[in-house]
Amino acid sequence: MSKKFEHDIIPAYTPWQETTPGGVIKESGNAHHFKTGDWRAMKPIWDPDKCKHCMMCYPVCPDSSIIIKDQKMTGIDYDHCKGCGVCVEACPFKAFDYVPEGEE
Amino acid sequence: MAIRDKLSGNEAVAVAMRQINPDVVAAFPITPSTEIPQYFSAFVANGQVDTEFVPVESEHSAMSACIGAGTAGARTMTATSANGLALMWEMLYIAASCKLPMVLSVVNRALSGPINIHNDHSDSMGARDSGWIQLYGENNQEAYDNAIMAVRIAEHADVQLPVMNCYDGFITSHAVENIELIEDDKVKAFVGQYKPSTYMLNSDEQIAVGPLAVPTHYFEHKRQQAESMRNSKEVIVEVAKAFKEISGREYGLFEAYKMEDAERAIVLIGSSVGTAKFVVDALREKGEKVGLIKVRVFRPFPAEELAQSLKGVKTVAILDKCDGFNAKGGPLFSETTSALFVNGYTPLAVNYIYGLGGRDVKTTDIEKVYSDLSEIVTANKVEDPYRYLGVVEA
Ligand code: SF4
Ligand code: SF4
Repeated sequence: MSKKFEHDIIPAYTPWQETTPGGVIKESGNAHHFKTGDWRAMKPIWDPDKCKHCMMCYPVCPDSSIIIKDQKMTGIDYDHCKGCGVCVEACPFKAFDYVPEGEE
Repeated sequence: MAIRDKLSGNEAVAVAMRQINPDVVAAFPITPSTEIPQYFSAFVANGQVDTEFVPVESEHSAMSACIGAGTAGARTMTATSANGLALMWEMLYIAASCKLPMVLSVVNRALSGPINIHNDHSDSMGARDSGWIQLYGENNQEAYDNAIMAVRIAEHADVQLPVMNCYDGFITSHAVENIELIEDDKVKAFVGQYKPSTYMLNSDEQIAVGPLAVPTHYFEHKRQQAESMRNSKEVIVEVAKAFKEISGREYGLFEAYKMEDAERAIVLIGSSVGTAKFVVDALREKGEKVGLIKVRVFRPFPAEELAQSLKGVKTVAILDKCDGFNAKGGPLFSETTSALFVNGYTPLAVNYIYGLGGRDVKTTDIEKVYSDLSEIVTANKVEDPYRYLGVVEA
């Protein structure tokens, strides 16, 4: 089984005397520790040559997986991209291929 | 000086809530608990409390709103009965597992069906394993007193669990009785200010509540929850001691009435205790060694203490105001006999299911139980331990 978490917020098998009351998580902004990418069935493949950096894909991605640097699209965060294909549909320049995971 | 008044049980509980001045009350009306939010919303409208009153669209929402308020760090209270409690069911477990102190007044009413608005204990007894502490009051005074004590029990650092303040529908909730109220400032000082250790409105510590607990975590959370319930027994006794100092009234896990030399005893819960005490007094006048135990705390179950109190009796009748439908007796019977067995005492025990759906419980019914117990003592055995009291037989 692939490791889902970069680190455990409350480590597995923490004794009941030491775990937080009622399972409270005392840490914020921890969604990125959870690698939603590992249950992806379809995968978007970005073609930098077709991309016009119009930014249409960026706001529609539900997992903040479109990586932008200096106002340019630079790639996809596959740790978190769950392969929903919304970016593929949103791109006006057909810059994404959309293929079954493992067949790229 | 205490304030003497004449109030219904519901009005008394609403007054306790006014004195406690909780941060949030979210409630939905259902007979016979409706008057609690009704009286309380008048206190809100009149500016007598600072409470945020949330008139929700169902009991499921009432409990959900209470959970939301509790996680935010608010002192939270609500009330319900019967099917309203049933609709809260899913959320009751979540309130307990999130370890949220809150107080729910359960005005006991028969759970449908058939539909019935009168008193028995089938509603709260069904929720006995939801992880809530359960206190049962006999009369208006106890409903008022328990509502106040419940806040301190729930919020105690060693407990942090929600509490049900249960009392009998109509008999206690609507009958007007003489009552001694405690002064507002004394109640406020008694409950103090709620200081949750973690809460969502704390800008210095961001938290997430109610997360997924996979098999590597879930068991430890339930064990931790169980520990809080275990701890609560001592806390309930401690809080009762502190309460005696402001009220003069004494409370324990249960009340043992004329039990010192009793040979025949009855164990029961709620408003029928008054009727049963009347019978005990009359039989004692005739020289009969009878007593009774009124259970106040059903969760946590005071097993060791109850067994100790019953160890000297020859026979005991345990009265359940709801059926268990296990075909082997009601919940109070099962738990009391289990407590006796585990602690090594084996008086002849018999169960009576009584008072379902508001069926009147008369002195003659209680007299019959004590005379049945005499027959059991003579026969030195119990032929049929699972009995019904007051049901019409062909
Ligand atoms: S929508 Fe298409 S063209 Fe626009 S930035 Fe994204 S990949 Fe590039
Ligand atoms: S496939 Fe979905 S999750 Fe992945 S980058 Fe595109 S929009 Fe985001």
